[in-house]
Amino acid sequence: MNPSASLPDARNNARIARFNRRKRFNQAAIALSLVAMLFGMFWLSWILWETLRLGFGSISVAMLTQDTPPPNDPIGEGGLANAMMGSLMMVALATLIGTPIGILTGVYLAEYDPRGKVAMIVRFVNDLLLSAPSIIIGLFVYVIMVVQFKAFSGWAGAVALALIVIPVVIRTTENMLMLIPAGLREAAYALGTPKWKVITRITLTAARAGVLTGILLAVARISGETAPLLFTALNNQFWKANLDGPTANLPVTILQFAMSPYENWQQLAWGGVFLITLAVLGLNILARVLSREK
Amino acid sequence: MTDKSHSPPPPTKISVRDMNFYYGKFQALKQINLEIPEHCVTAFIGPSGCGKSTLLRTFNRMFELYPDQRAEGSILLDGENLLDSKQDVALLRARVGMVFQKPTPFPMSIFDNIAFGVNLFENLSRIEMEERVEWALKKAALWNEVKDKLTQSGTSLSGGQQQRLCIARGVAIKPEVLLLDEPCSALDPISTARIEELIAELKKDYTVIIVTHNMQQAARCSDYTAYMYLGDLVEFGKTEQMFLKPTKVETEDYITGRFG
Repeated sequence: MNPSASLPDARNNARIARFNRRKRFNQAAIALSLVAMLFGMFWLSWILWETLRLGFGSISVAMLTQDTPPPNDPIGEGGLANAMMGSLMMVALATLIGTPIGILTGVYLAEYDPRGKVAMIVRFVNDLLLSAPSIIIGLFVYVIMVVQFKAFSGWAGAVALALIVIPVVIRTTENMLMLIPAGLREAAYALGTPKWKVITRITLTAARAGVLTGILLAVARISGETAPLLFTALNNQFWKANLDGPTANLPVTILQFAMSPYENWQQLAWGGVFLITLAVLGLNILARVLSREK
Repeated sequence: MTDKSHSPPPPTKISVRDMNFYYGKFQALKQINLEIPEHCVTAFIGPSGCGKSTLLRTFNRMFELYPDQRAEGSILLDGENLLDSKQDVALLRARVGMVFQKPTPFPMSIFDNIAFGVNLFENLSRIEMEERVEWALKKAALWNEVKDKLTQSGTSLSGGQQQRLCIARGVAIKPEVLLLDEPCSALDPISTARIEELIAELKKDYTVIIVTHNMQQAARCSDYTAYMYLGDLVEFGKTEQMFLKPTKVETEDYITGRFG
């Protein structure tokens, strides 16, 4: 056999060997990511299952319509109506405060001064706020509002929650506006459109689904936050439809009831966990649906 | 042929005088002097990076969106320097419309895509607006395809239709000059042919300036051609003369494909 004929053969064998190596490597990588996925899914489905198992049983008309009961009442009496009302009011107000501030800041960062010094500073501070432990935000609002007015209140709770909403909305608004192709912006300016109109009618409209998703995720996040409310809204066992004074809410009620030795309270704590999980799940699904629509 | 060459040259619409353009420190256009005739199609040709799009984007001051870009010298539109900072940029852009390389329909209905620009400068009644939208869509040869779905989103159209929608949007505000920045480069040959027919139609009412990579396109649809290279305006003249016997050897090399 002459060497010139064996050369293509050798090259071919090397190619096959390389291909097989790549195939084995690929299979190993897929197996590893599958294991990682199963690991995550395992805990998540266990959490969901336990919530469902323990929470579903305590769902009743009474739970949705009656206020939090005293300890050692018979199981099945009393509910979470006051806590749900308080949570709804605070989450709504926090979203109402946080969304406009967040969107306006996001618009400033993306449209007015994307590479400026001010924007750099705002972005850095916002990242800090985004990753700040929520208990620190609770303590901060405790100092500036609760101590100042010498009273716990739902207002302070809503402000603490708003401080969590703002950085999330800023970040998503900025990111979504940055995704808008420069061509669309230029085309709007090329018609002689004033800047405010380019932003409100063209770029924000084009980014609408993404911005809305960010807001929904922020709402989902604050509806389960406990730490910021501990020092601000505190809790309350009575029904009220305003935010003056200590205000009942689901997360703190769950904390208090779950830690208690009373069985009727523990039951209701599971019910509350179930409600919050359901709400967060619903908001996440809604966010998914909205971001898919184009 | 002889009649044409003896007819007086058309009046100048845009006159560029000693214009220099910079991206930061980089000089992208060098001492440009150019007279663009009214109611004609003028094509800018040249290899990538020669500055033809840059030149086009000075005519509506599009470059001002980016703080590190600046133009020196003057560009006269009907005798008035449009680079003068006292010139209102929104009013300038109402007179000088632009269509881009990629179709850019706005996130709204087909009707609103066109009404949006008109509403910026005019207060029309509902009926007048409907007439204007129909007129603009007919000008852009799109009316028959979309007349039954004006409320649908502009993004639902095909690429070629979207580009004609963008032309309709530009035409609707009745500008005097229409700038086309490679309007066909993202389109298939059939859509390209339609838009080229459209360009020939549009020059009756507008002064059209088109940037193109495609030399055949320049030869087919323009009256005047400017050849640019590395930021210099090498040659400018009637298209037929440029393509049949250019005066500069560089132009001839580019046009015959020996270079570029």
